[in-house]
Amino acid sequence: MSQATDTDVREDGIIESVSGPVVTARDLDARMNDVVYVGSEGLMGEVIEIEGNITTIQVYEETSGVSPGEPVEGTGSPLSVDLGPGMLDAIYDGVQRPLDVLEEKMGSAFLDRGVDAPGIDLEKTWEFTPEVAEGDEVEAGDIVGTVPETPSIDHKVMVPPDSEGGEVVAIESGNFNVEETVVELDSGEEIQMHQEWPVRQQRPTVEKETPTEPLISGQRVLDGLFPIAKGGTAAIPGPFGSGKTVTQHQLAKWADADIVVYVGCGERGNEMTEVIEDFPELEDPTTGNALMDRTCLIANTSNMPVAARESCVYTGITIAEYFRDMGYDVALMADSTSRWAEAMREISSRLEEMPGEEGYPAYLSARLSEFYERAGYFENINGTEGSVSVIGAVSPPGGDFSEPVTQNTLRIVKTFWALDADLAERRHFPSINWNESYSLYRDQLDPWFEDNVRADWPETRQWAIDTLDEEAELQEIVQLVGKDALPEDQQLTLEIARYLREAWLQQNAFHDVDTFCEPEKTYRIMDAAKTYNDAAFEALDAGVPVEEITDIDAAPRLNRIGVQEDWNEYIDDLEDDIESQLRELY
Amino acid sequence: MKEYQTITEISGPLVFVETDEPVGYDDIVEIELSDGETRRGQVLESASDYVAIQVFEGTEGIDRDASVRFLGETMKMPVTEDLLGRVMDGTGQPIDGGPEIVPDERLDIVGEAINPYSREYPEEFIQTGVSAIDGMNTLVRGQKLPIFSASGLPHNDLALQIARQATVPEEEEGGDDEGSEFAVIFGAMGITAEEANEFMDDFERTGALERSVVFMNLADDPAVERTITPRLALTTAEYLAFEKDYHVLVILTDMTNYCEALREIGAAREEVPGRRGYPGYMYTDLAQLYERAGRIQGREGSVTQLPILTMPGDDDTHPIPDLTGYITEGQIYIDRDLNSQGISPPINVLPSLSRLMDDGIGEGLTRADHADVKDQIFAAYAEGEDLRDLVNIVGREALSELDNKYLDFADRFEEEFVDQGTDTARSIDETLELGWDLLSMLPKDALNRIDEDLIEEHYREDEAAETVEAEA
Ligand SMILES: Nc1ncnc2c1ncn2[C@@H]1O[C@H](COP(=O)(O)OP(=O)(O)OP(=O)(O)O)[C@@H](O)[C@H]1O
Ligand SMILES: [Mg+2]
Repeated sequence: MSQATDTDVREDGIIESVSGPVVTARDLDARMNDVVYVGSEGLMGEVIEIEGNITTIQVYEETSGVSPGEPVEGTGSPLSVDLGPGMLDAIYDGVQRPLDVLEEKMGSAFLDRGVDAPGIDLEKTWEFTPEVAEGDEVEAGDIVGTVPETPSIDHKVMVPPDSEGGEVVAIESGNFNVEETVVELDSGEEIQMHQEWPVRQQRPTVEKETPTEPLISGQRVLDGLFPIAKGGTAAIPGPFGSGKTVTQHQLAKWADADIVVYVGCGERGNEMTEVIEDFPELEDPTTGNALMDRTCLIANTSNMPVAARESCVYTGITIAEYFRDMGYDVALMADSTSRWAEAMREISSRLEEMPGEEGYPAYLSARLSEFYERAGYFENINGTEGSVSVIGAVSPPGGDFSEPVTQNTLRIVKTFWALDADLAERRHFPSINWNESYSLYRDQLDPWFEDNVRADWPETRQWAIDTLDEEAELQEIVQLVGKDALPEDQQLTLEIARYLREAWLQQNAFHDVDTFCEPEKTYRIMDAAKTYNDAAFEALDAGVPVEEITDIDAAPRLNRIGVQEDWNEYIDDLEDDIESQLRELY
Repeated sequence: MKEYQTITEISGPLVFVETDEPVGYDDIVEIELSDGETRRGQVLESASDYVAIQVFEGTEGIDRDASVRFLGETMKMPVTEDLLGRVMDGTGQPIDGGPEIVPDERLDIVGEAINPYSREYPEEFIQTGVSAIDGMNTLVRGQKLPIFSASGLPHNDLALQIARQATVPEEEEGGDDEGSEFAVIFGAMGITAEEANEFMDDFERTGALERSVVFMNLADDPAVERTITPRLALTTAEYLAFEKDYHVLVILTDMTNYCEALREIGAAREEVPGRRGYPGYMYTDLAQLYERAGRIQGREGSVTQLPILTMPGDDDTHPIPDLTGYITEGQIYIDRDLNSQGISPPINVLPSLSRLMDDGIGEGLTRADHADVKDQIFAAYAEGEDLRDLVNIVGREALSELDNKYLDFADRFEEEFVDQGTDTARSIDETLELGWDLLSMLPKDALNRIDEDLIEEHYREDEAAETVEAEA
């Protein structure tokens, strides 16, 4: 919000009661979802219920010491974000207050109350280059100029979506701050780089299209088995410590999106610090620039006010939509959507609303689908195409996926990455269960993989899936009788499947090389396992005992491909060695 | 200060009072009983004509004639470095007969959230001397790492062992005089007098009391008081860490009792309960405690938390361990089976986790081979653990040679690596060397998690030979 708090709070209404983050006020003339300033310290809040003369407000800051009788000031405008250059490389709280500016203003490492700051620096000047000329007709959403926001991203300055449009009568070029007018229309409308948009309202588009391109994550198990599309939705549910955050961080680092919006919703402070410390040092694999140059962080940690936790996902998705409107592919990660749902529950119970399943409000499911519906591959109103992919972590109580947040999310999202505590316990990372997970985008993305990686990508993947399926069945028998009781061909399948798991599915996020795996490498590791498989079964058919086949010393090298920088060469040699060592056996 | 004699209702730990002047939310209240006794409480809800008060010391004996004073401020903790060496009750009143505490400052006990932008990522290795922790689930300064235990298990011994042995190796060697001092804050919530004595005796025996601040809420102390004890402890910890440069280790025990107190208050307020009757806001409430661990840029000190909880029914999906695990940076599991086998400390490393480990170990921090050795031990031990079920059915003979090695590995891992006793402190070198002794039981090419160069450097050929001989 851009309205900076006055030191004196105007008395538009009077506090009636205070209970945690929920405050009621008397005599306040406000509309639903209006922003208000509460109490003599001017704490920021939002109107969430109006009943007769009593207005209920959720307050985005701690309310200790606030008492009835103190003033409440209305602003007349809904909770909005500031949009314009300066959002990348920024870190915000749940209502888009920049945390670095707050630190400076508060003069403390701890978050004080009653301090407000605009979401973008209003004084900083940017170099504006026009894209239209005097006399051009422009409409809502049209791009009128660009600003080099970071080395990676050109910020497109657009006619606001709610504008009537018109003919350009004046246009500037050069350095301006975000509040100075850069374009003037014949209607008298003046366009600045700074816009505002209410967070709970989706930004308009022309239409949603069917996504056909994958959001490449550089994670083998995802790209290889359960890919998400650009503009797609995915959920990562899993018990504590199973790898939700690491997966989200990996996506934020390596996904081939133009822009990443990372929302830390009710999670740990140190996880955000980690991003702030790491990202400026890491290189974007596509552009070679610092990762932070394409990233916007929203951090409303678990100990920060619960109402701002409720709003942080909206702040995030609105910023994502704004960059989508410029024609960019945006990926939004929300860790964790369960904390958002719990914030809804907490506020709802203070309002004494009728609880639904497990105390969540009855509108839980509606809110979740509204949110995920804002994802998609879109034709924008200015004719460009852009996408917002949404990846939400879910933290089910007790790791039980039958709870309402997981279930309601699964009804909406098209990619399901099921994290598994057993796998995490044996340090199989990423601990994504390959039997339970799915991606409904797989078929529609196959053509892309065929064209851009290998024509036999789908077949080779199917072979891998079949092998892993067969392993799962065989394991049940092994649990009863031991491996040696199986026929030789099945023993061999188990061995091949083990390599698929260890060399292909497992990937160490903390290894400099293994952390990112391009699709070509993903294909080649999978194919190397298949090469071993095919040659091994030939040897078996030729009468070689299974122990000799599995004992060749080239085979364990499969597990080291992930960490090789020169993997192409390494795999060439390895496949040769595997084939020749097996040939020697018969 | 206005005094009211307008109590309208007393229910469980709550008192409702009619007021005619506004009262601040969360403000502190004094209630004077007819016999002159005063109790303290806190405003839970404030409306224009009444307030709801939660009474820390319980409502027993309060009647409608009691008088109520609102102090016009939220609860404060008087802090000073002189608190070191002192023992207080669960509300911060000294109970050691020592001199009056002259505060340097009075700090709000709720505490403000650390700005995530101002934090510094914790990555300084703390050597606890316990191999199952240092080697497998490393603790770092500023981490919150709870102990997941259950009734009848020796979690207190482990906490005490860590408090006694914890050092930061480099500082020790460098003789870094400017290095910050180490302090322990002990916050007890609803523990038995016997357990309390166990802690106090150990503190006194080892001289640790001098650098400790103790807050004691015992089992027979009022339950509601338990909701403020950890806040007093953490306020003191933050003061010592961020204003006085101490490296503070906070032991909070037993978080289960704390959560029970929250549930009791919630029930008295007739709130809509969350899972198993615990309040829906318990995640937020616990986060406001646990997130008070950490490091801050430009400050010397740190707050490291070691909360202890006993899992009801040994069940880690119970809301108390579940919500804790979702907030903390890992957890250490105390295991009933290992305990009955006489393994001490009975830490089960498989479900245990330290999330801050990856950045706290490696070359220059611990040792270059640490991460690989840890990964390989986890894999091998998990493999051995799995095979134990199978071997019960098919017998050892039906298993391959390699499988038998994994079984032996799992046994020796528990007996040699984990079972070190409560009085042994191992350096990280000793821990990792022991790891290599065990890993060398396995053939080299089974060590696929370890870099080949590291295998060349550390693998013990003789160890492998011995196991082959032993089998022959
Ligand atoms: N791909 C990976 N590579 C290596 N280690 C991993 C990987 N994924 C997870 N881990 C390990 O698992 C630990 C827990 O992961 P993470 O913090 O992502 O869990 P989480 O599911 O987000 O838990 P919570 O719900 O409590 O936040 C990490 O600290 C790391 O040690
Ligand atoms: Mg997480």
